[in-house]
Amino acid sequence: MVDEYAFKSGGRPVRRINCRLGELSAMTRALYFCFESASKGSRCEGAELVIEEVPLSVFCHTCNAVKTPSGRFNFRCPDCGFPTPKVVTGREMQLTSIELEAADENAARTHLSADYPTQQTSCQ
Amino acid sequence: MCSVCGCGQNNHSHHAHDHKHSDHAHDHKHSDHQYGADTAGLSVAGFSQENLIEIEQDILSKNDAYAHANRQRLADHSQLALNLVSSPGAGKTTLLVKTLNLLHRARPLGVVEGDQATANDADRIRETGVPAIQINTGRGCHLDAHMVGHALKDLALQEGGVIFIENVGNLVCPAAFDLGEAFKVVILSVTEGDDKPLKYPDMFAAADLMILSKIDLLPHVDFDADKAVERALRINPELEVIKISARDGTGVQAWCDWIENQAKQTNAHRAVPISPDHLMQNG
Repeated sequence: MVDEYAFKSGGRPVRRINCRLGELSAMTRALYFCFESASKGSRCEGAELVIEEVPLSVFCHTCNAVKTPSGRFNFRCPDCGFPTPKVVTGREMQLTSIELEAADENAARTHLSADYPTQQTSCQ
Repeated sequence: MCSVCGCGQNNHSHHAHDHKHSDHAHDHKHSDHQYGADTAGLSVAGFSQENLIEIEQDILSKNDAYAHANRQRLADHSQLALNLVSSPGAGKTTLLVKTLNLLHRARPLGVVEGDQATANDADRIRETGVPAIQINTGRGCHLDAHMVGHALKDLALQEGGVIFIENVGNLVCPAAFDLGEAFKVVILSVTEGDDKPLKYPDMFAAADLMILSKIDLLPHVDFDADKAVERALRINPELEVIKISARDGTGVQAWCDWIENQAKQTNAHRAVPISPDHLMQNG
């Protein structure tokens, strides 16, 4: 996704990627782990990955209020004990923004091809 | 480790400082944590707005768009689609074969089979007379909505039918990928651990129905069915549960009734009546 946006914005390399991940997505460590190898050869290579973690909150119909459960998958109201399957925050998996290298810096990094896309998922 | 930048320090802030990110060697001064203070990076020093592109797009939005298209296509043809998920070996295909044998004269049926390799399962399904499309995911660990969309194009979707999507055996990734189905059905066999709902909570949280399978083996294993159900309900208080043995037929009628009820609700005016007598004849 980032590579596609960077291409549409002139093909400059990406300096920084800002994501928002909910606690329930539990993707933060995995994303940091794979980012370096996954980004190799793309416009994201060498970019800084910044992840904002969104804590879990649920809505309790009994208390008519937003609550923070005692555990990640303990969908019960911490106050009244009733089931609270309605998740308010914590499921997010969003790309919020990207920051590109300034145009003059980009001139020094012409090794990256402007041809789109640098990485393409296969179409079955 | 700081979960924002991964730099190994916890007591610092991000973006409230004035350094150039081209010199980002992580030796800069930090003060306190400010999670979410600048969610789109709008206050980052050293960047002009023209270098910043705001996106605010869900990472799974591409899959979700395909899932939406699948859902529309299924609705246009009055199809009930069920996404069957479980660990490998929980008995998805065996249950499916049994189910198809019971239902195939009452409703038009179709199956999308997902496996890493081989067409063994699709072959088993086709032996029942029900059309099946096999998807091999290669090194992929789940079906996505794009793959399923292509498979649906190859299935003749007859009005009022039921489409079973048998996902790749995996209790992790298939939880996150909407395929356009009406319901996710998770199958947990009693030869697994009764704490699986706690160990793989995402799947049980995402499911609408849990089938406890192979219950004819309960006398021979340590699996505590009540504990498993209680744990699954702890994860998902709205989860329905049906206990089944595809081998001796226990609970299969309840499962078929559940499908029939959902199919009727999918398209009440086109529903084909199905009687228990009919099911017995085809069992």
